[in-house]
Amino acid sequence: MSAAKKVAVLKGGRSLERQVSLRSGAHAQEALARLGHDPVALDVGPELVSQLHAAKPDAAFIALHGPDGEDGTVQSLLDAIGVPYTGSGPAACMCCTDKVLAKHLMRGAGIPTPESHSFGEAAIKELGAAAAVADVEGEIGFPLVVKPASQGSALGVKFARTSEQLPGAMVGAFSYDEKILIERYVKGRDLAVSVLDGEPSSSQAQPPAESRESSPPEPVALPVVEAVPREEDFYDYESRYEIGMTTFVCPADLGAETSARARELALEVYELLGCHGVARVDLMLDADSGELWVLETNVVPGMTETSLLPQAADAAGIGFDELVARVLASAWTR
Amino acid sequence: MDRSISGTGDGRGARPTAHELARYEALFAARTRSMKSSAMREMMALTERPDVISLAGGLPDTSTFAPELYAKLMSAVAAESTARALQYGPTEGMASAVDCIVEVMAEEDTLVDPGEVIVTTGGQQVIDLVCKALIDPGDVIVAEAPTYPGAVPTFGAYQAEVAQIEIDGDGMPIDELERTLDGLAAQGRRPKFIYTIPNFQNPGGVTMSLARRRRLVEVARERELLVLEDNPYGLLRYEGDPLPTLYSLDAEAAGRGPAADLVIYLGTFSKILSPGLRLGWAVAPRPVLEKLNLGKQGADLCSSPVTQLFVAAYFQERDADGNAGWRGYVGRLRDMYRRRRDVMLESLEEHFGDDARWTRPQGGLFIWATLDERIDTTDLLALARKSEGVAFVPGRAAYMDGRSGSSSMRLNFAGVPDQDIREGIRRIGKVVREQVGLFGTLTGSSPAQAPVKPKRPDQPGADGSAGLADVVSLPRRDRDGSARRRQDR
Repeated sequence: MSAAKKVAVLKGGRSLERQVSLRSGAHAQEALARLGHDPVALDVGPELVSQLHAAKPDAAFIALHGPDGEDGTVQSLLDAIGVPYTGSGPAACMCCTDKVLAKHLMRGAGIPTPESHSFGEAAIKELGAAAAVADVEGEIGFPLVVKPASQGSALGVKFARTSEQLPGAMVGAFSYDEKILIERYVKGRDLAVSVLDGEPSSSQAQPPAESRESSPPEPVALPVVEAVPREEDFYDYESRYEIGMTTFVCPADLGAETSARARELALEVYELLGCHGVARVDLMLDADSGELWVLETNVVPGMTETSLLPQAADAAGIGFDELVARVLASAWTR
Repeated sequence: MDRSISGTGDGRGARPTAHELARYEALFAARTRSMKSSAMREMMALTERPDVISLAGGLPDTSTFAPELYAKLMSAVAAESTARALQYGPTEGMASAVDCIVEVMAEEDTLVDPGEVIVTTGGQQVIDLVCKALIDPGDVIVAEAPTYPGAVPTFGAYQAEVAQIEIDGDGMPIDELERTLDGLAAQGRRPKFIYTIPNFQNPGGVTMSLARRRRLVEVARERELLVLEDNPYGLLRYEGDPLPTLYSLDAEAAGRGPAADLVIYLGTFSKILSPGLRLGWAVAPRPVLEKLNLGKQGADLCSSPVTQLFVAAYFQERDADGNAGWRGYVGRLRDMYRRRRDVMLESLEEHFGDDARWTRPQGGLFIWATLDERIDTTDLLALARKSEGVAFVPGRAAYMDGRSGSSSMRLNFAGVPDQDIREGIRRIGKVVREQVGLFGTLTGSSPAQAPVKPKRPDQPGADGSAGLADVVSLPRRDRDGSARRRQDR
């Protein structure tokens, strides 16, 4: 193992995912300490930059979910003050967090993603965009899912079975973001593939003096995780990722072909969106057609005891500490 | 070679094909499945920030307690009772604290036998201990709809099935209760207890009429059912005459001195003195009391002697005229909260649209407001918190299913100063107007042309929102509790 590093663990913050982030951060901290590093926990707030200036860490471990942590804000800030950090850079963060942009990029690259259209609140209010909603309904058909463009938590994700339910779903989603996505609902199995940059060579696991240009190790897709809702026929986004409401199966019980295809797609998306270090790609396996559809990519996957990434890593024989070590190494392989 | 395969791939190796990896989940008790932390509750946790005006808490205003008095009492406890304060106390509570409880209950014309009192760690512990003593998984509790949001996770943790009865302007309709009991009886079931907050209900803000109180006690006696009477705010009445507690009505009917037969009474010092003390109490029939005591031994052995001695010292305080100081303090709280309630009612009038309705509580801490039925207050909270820095409790928190009550909200008028009440309500009103406006734009009707809700039938509907609307449309209870006056607001 490389020499001990002072690592600032960025967690908490003000997002709706604060609680999950605090748990992710705490787990990462413990693992970093076990790995012989010197973790410094920072609950992200107005003091962040002065705290970082004072702590002078060798790297920042980003365990901050939701806005700030995932939309490139904190990454840009860390770039500005010259602190290396784990995971994706600002551009990839912006692409992944903005579900609308990510969908456009995926569609452009020929990656299967459910049909969708986006609406901005300003367009509804100022450009008469409400009249276009009927066109979208006609094109996509019901049922529909309405999502805030940049909300990572399940809050604000609404389901509309009929035309009458759509305005309520849209108003609900607009409560969380000024831009929303109306997407065809894919009925099927809920899958997630985590992608992790490969095992770094020992020279890459520490801040290199001269060889900063070393290319990142090849990413690998971890085994597929399936989220199985406990209550069938009851599609409730808010309970989807809550402990107890969903059972996670990893590796998912899929055919070899399907699971290989899911992992290939995840890697394609990872590279297309310019992710680095680690990411989790969510997919649906269409119950009718057997097709795989990519929904979205999460650049700061949860690291709690029941989060999907640690489960997938475990299934691949990568223990939690090793997972944290590999994510940490991504700070120096950009 | 496919580079996407790492470690043990899918479907090969020694692992079972469906290896369940929710590792910790396998270790948890089954009841934790109903102890879910909902996204809504996590969002509410975020509102406890200095930059947010929170009308969400169940808080009294503790800033009004004189710091010198607090210091004096703590010093007295420290100097005069060092060893006792630092020692364990009896599970049932210290005699000097029980004396205070008897005094508080006498203030509500309720006589109790000190031997039937147990001091608890807040009123919340009574709910927990009662469930612990009475509820097996799948047992039924009958509660009001909406009900105390803090009881919802407790009932869930004991895996109770909860039948919620829609309240109206006079509290829980007892004929509705009887229908529910009959329905349960037809399935060979009976509830373990009926949970009610008769005074200034949390969150509904309504008060159970005298006629219904009497009838509830009769029904409980006819059917041999326990009632948990949760009465944290009884002394915080701002207008109208006090009504007898269910406990005293039951004791009267039983005719054996002060002791009730079937009513378990829950009281607390939280709202009349301080929630930080964590002191509440139960008064219960002896056999029930014994089980509560055993349950408490397992939970925390005893409530803090430090705070019990503090309360005992506080109740010895006399003002310049020789009157009990605690009564004077409660009187001052009443005046302050009455004014705050009125400020909130005025602000609601000013800032909430014509589609909104709300209760006009005669006491307590809360107003229950119901908005345009298309608005989901959980989403509204996300927006209000983010764009306006204001918080409230979404109505869904008061329902076991986490879904009903979605267009309602609980507003606390007691815990924040007047200007924050005005500003908070103004901000919520602004967000509501924005959402209603957006609805208007999306549905092609201006907000003013939004569909008019049909007249409500007299009988509250079985489903959440309809019945709730009835609650709020009957803000004033008539003196005799019979003829209901319908108001638009």
